[in-house]
Amino acid sequence: MTRLCLVLAFFCVPALAQDSPFAKYQQMTAEGSPVELFELVGEELWKKPQGPNNVSLEKCDLGKGQGVLKGAYAALPRWFKDVDRVMDLETRLLHCMTTLQGRSREEGLKRPFGNADTPSEMEYLSAYVAGHSRGFKVNPGASHPKEKESYALGQKLFYVRTGLWDFSCASCHGEAGKRIRMSELPVLSEPKAARPLMATWPAYRVSNSTFKTMQWRINNCYRQMRTPEPDFGSETVNAVNMYLTATAKGATYRGPGTKR
Amino acid sequence: MDSLRRTLLGALALAVLKPWAALAAWNKDAFGAKTPQDALKSMGAFDAAPSKDLVIDAPQIAENGAVVPIEIASNIPGTTAIAVVIEKNPFPLAAKFDFMEGALPFVKLNVKMGETSDIRVVAWAGGRQFAATREIKVTIGGCGG
Amino acid sequence: MAGPMKMRATLAGGNTDLRVLMTHPMTTAQSKQPLHFIQNVTVKVNGKTVLEGEISQAVSRNPVFTFRLKGGAKGDKIEVSWLDNQGDTNKIESAVA
Repeated sequence: MTRLCLVLAFFCVPALAQDSPFAKYQQMTAEGSPVELFELVGEELWKKPQGPNNVSLEKCDLGKGQGVLKGAYAALPRWFKDVDRVMDLETRLLHCMTTLQGRSREEGLKRPFGNADTPSEMEYLSAYVAGHSRGFKVNPGASHPKEKESYALGQKLFYVRTGLWDFSCASCHGEAGKRIRMSELPVLSEPKAARPLMATWPAYRVSNSTFKTMQWRINNCYRQMRTPEPDFGSETVNAVNMYLTATAKGATYRGPGTKR
Repeated sequence: MDSLRRTLLGALALAVLKPWAALAAWNKDAFGAKTPQDALKSMGAFDAAPSKDLVIDAPQIAENGAVVPIEIASNIPGTTAIAVVIEKNPFPLAAKFDFMEGALPFVKLNVKMGETSDIRVVAWAGGRQFAATREIKVTIGGCGG
Repeated sequence: MAGPMKMRATLAGGNTDLRVLMTHPMTTAQSKQPLHFIQNVTVKVNGKTVLEGEISQAVSRNPVFTFRLKGGAKGDKIEVSWLDNQGDTNKIESAVA
């Protein structure tokens, strides 16, 4: 089925107009979405003592100070001094799970992506944290040398053709006017396309009946491109996330969204 | 003797814990009807008169039939119930709400639609039935985000 | 074992808007899994039933409902409960903010 979708992508059909006929659908589903449920469960998990250290994540430093949630998501990905690397939200959450709670990396990585029957802890937490950035401007780190490196790597990865079918991100997201069946393919290297999208990830995805995060989204794109799936929290995924987020810089973050 | 006591206590506990299960009504015939006409007949709403005071707010096109948002408000005085019938669904009757003193005849919900179809909303008011219809087109999106 | 359920009741224009979020698979006859969906939804205000909903497998997974209650005041106790075809139930109580 996925292969069929990708074959259809080559039939460059004109995309739907800016005034999308789906605007009303998107608005109404966002207003009556299970998204809020994920934020509320995420709050419980954030405050729950876990791991050998039996502590909660409440002292996790997401870049704005220990336990500071307001605006933290909108400022990610960014460089973190304590690990001397660029991390996005989920990578940082994993870091807090291992350092604060004493959980093993294996345990934290056992099931980062859930499903409709059992969402993952990471998904609930992402919803909760992202919710606290509503109204903040998307502004990932851009001044530290490692942040600049991450952006450059992400940009490069966007255009590198790889995998079984020689696809790059740009194969689907690099040219205006394309769509796969009824889904418009936004040109993600352009701010005007990247902004409205990055302003609403992570999101409840109706087609999965559950909440999905950026680590999942990027991983899933690579899977659809028939490349090996990148590791969770890897430099690759963080770099692509950095590139997309930086391209969306300046957008007002609207909070965890609801998508088809 | 001890296990018998436990079994009896268990049975008693179940009886106490799920009395509501026994009392809740669910119109099996109406929900099992395979045509919209049969569903309406089961609810005694076959001759519903069209009414502009029964308002349906819904998108014209739904990106994914698994979640189609519909908002219904009845401005017909004395509305006591509202039902939602999705004509082309395998089992057309999707939901029925009874409003007692304290609740307004209003509901927003997400329904599943198998294909483009008319949505027929029926309202009961003052011993009569009224209806309004709205078509919602359903598309299936592609495979991306 | 029912999944999380949440509710938000807010005073608006002289009435109370009630948004209820439920976790439930709402599986249909067309899926390969056994039929599992909420059949009844009940809303009570200060102990009195004001709304009874009979719903079906045609309601989307993880149902989200918005109801509107007549009038309402801060502190009103609202209870929403559901019962599914397998006999599982869940409920939530909250006071109007």
